[in-house]
Amino acid sequence: MFDYAKKNKALAVIGGLILTAVVAAPVMAQRDPAYEAARSSGKIGEKPDGYLGYVTPPSPAIKALVEDLNIKRKAAYTRKAQETNSTVEQFAFTSGCNLIMRTAPGEKYQTPTGTWNTRDASDPVRDSRCL
Amino acid sequence: MMLYQTSQLTDRSDGAIRRNMRSLTTSGLILGALIGLSACVQVSAPDKPIVINLNINIKQEVVYRLDGDAKDLINKEADIF
Repeated sequence: MFDYAKKNKALAVIGGLILTAVVAAPVMAQRDPAYEAARSSGKIGEKPDGYLGYVTPPSPAIKALVEDLNIKRKAAYTRKAQETNSTVEQFAFTSGCNLIMRTAPGEKYQTPTGTWNTRDASDPVRDSRCL
Repeated sequence: MMLYQTSQLTDRSDGAIRRNMRSLTTSGLILGALIGLSACVQVSAPDKPIVINLNINIKQEVVYRLDGDAKDLINKEADIF
């Protein structure tokens, strides 16, 4: 009787772990390798408006990739804007502030004046309204 | 020439001067009205659409309020950011 309970407990723990992994998988979702490569090579970069932009004229594959991501971003911004009672532009802009801050050294970002900068160890040049 | 005209004006009787002044005032008024009419401000509809820049709606207090939610979204949907 006790043995049975012990075995059940172990099974429950294993089951719990599997469940956690399955549930956590979408949260831990990482960037598509092609997207990661386009970012790190400086072909695309983060814009102050919260969307991705082309640093150099894009190939059809990169154009499709960026358009898809920007549509998904806009959908996410729209949803969150409704939740926070703000406009899509306001939420996208606030996200843009954060996304530029999070660029890794070597990645590109657009300054408020429109020029593309390469991120280095120093703080990026951002809009004065960014925190 | 000017001197002659001036002396002519001063030589006239009071009534003549008054009549002269009246006609001058009337013509002045007509002239003023004409200038006024021709100098009317012409208002016409712009041919280009009026663009209102939405950027003015983003104030720092808004950025401050939304910053936490924005960070949250970026962390949760890391694949699109």
